[in-house]
Amino acid sequence: MKTDDLIELLASGAGAAPSHAAARRYAAALGAGALAAALLMATLLGVRPDLAQAVRLPMFWVKIAFVASLAAAGVTAVLRLSRPGARLAWVPGALAAPVLAMWLLAAAALAGADPARRAELFFGETWTSCPLLVAMLSAPVFVAVLWAMKGLAPTRLRLAGAAAGLLSGAVGALVYSLHCPELTAPFVGFWYLLGMLIPTLLGALLGGRLLRW
Amino acid sequence: MRRIGEEGRLNAGEDRLRGLLVRGLAGEEPAYRAFLRELSAHLRAFLKKRLARMPDEVEDLVQETLLAVHNQRHTYDAGQPLTAWVHAIAKYKLVDLLRRRASRELLTDPLDDESDLLSSADADAAQARRDLGKLLDQLPDRQRLPIVHMKLEGCSVAETVRLTGMSESAVKVGVHRGLKALAAKIRGET
Repeated sequence: MKTDDLIELLASGAGAAPSHAAARRYAAALGAGALAAALLMATLLGVRPDLAQAVRLPMFWVKIAFVASLAAAGVTAVLRLSRPGARLAWVPGALAAPVLAMWLLAAAALAGADPARRAELFFGETWTSCPLLVAMLSAPVFVAVLWAMKGLAPTRLRLAGAAAGLLSGAVGALVYSLHCPELTAPFVGFWYLLGMLIPTLLGALLGGRLLRW
Repeated sequence: MRRIGEEGRLNAGEDRLRGLLVRGLAGEEPAYRAFLRELSAHLRAFLKKRLARMPDEVEDLVQETLLAVHNQRHTYDAGQPLTAWVHAIAKYKLVDLLRRRASRELLTDPLDDESDLLSSADADAAQARRDLGKLLDQLPDRQRLPIVHMKLEGCSVAETVRLTGMSESAVKVGVHRGLKALAAKIRGET
């Protein structure tokens, strides 16, 4: 086939391209994924019974703000990495800022605590299960976001896969915080982050193969 | 003085092409056709320079990149420089080809110089080695027939529905998925 014939083939009846395709795909993926994660959490783990009391504690909202800001920065990263030639610009900084802020809080909490209680602040009671449960709850969003990305045009596949993984991890952590009893900054800054990094790593590993177009 | 002149031409080329694409994305077929024609000349010059040691691959890659631009056209944001978007797609497809050929020595030419993509053009199409028509024949009927009737024979959606017995949405989905499947066949995935 000659190139002119290909152009004719592509142009004829091409019609209008869908507008805001990326935003709509990701909205659908995040909506469906978060709903599935919430159902998984509610049926397998259960909402923490003292949620009504927990929402009065400032640290509960600090934890929510931590994962929500990572999710918001993750959405921006994923949108930009799905579009050829778009620059990341300030996005890496927006991803690092909540982590650094949580680490500062953690350092302050550990420094101000009685040395005998420090291990308790860091390990809590659920450190063995927290990262794995965050990773498990991220699975539906992980699949949905990779599906959405596959229909767009990422050109840096590993990085795009990692961003998709991080976004799904942050949404998974957001859902998990409705179950999780832990509220200390050292715990959240390490074990939550570890849980979010599991799908991030998985995304980086799978991106090259799954996202080709 | 010369540099300013070249930049002026480049910006004019960018604005012109961008205008054609934006109108094309809104559904203006002649504008879209003109966009693809002009773009193919720019892509040819861009890729010829970077595939100096594989001249036989140039036209195949021009076609593969045009197909990619078409299939991924919904990712273009009108607020974004067109050069950056097209360059990223062309570079992605070029790197993909070089990776497929697994010949790292060919990566000697720097690929990150996006500014010259629209500054040169080459309207002289060589014969492509890969025949997209043959690849098209390998697609399943539900994708091949809508493409053949609508795209090659110029039928309307309604006529294609009548000719194939498929539903209207199946015809539209068939064209869309068929062109994506064609790109996958070029990559050697199916």
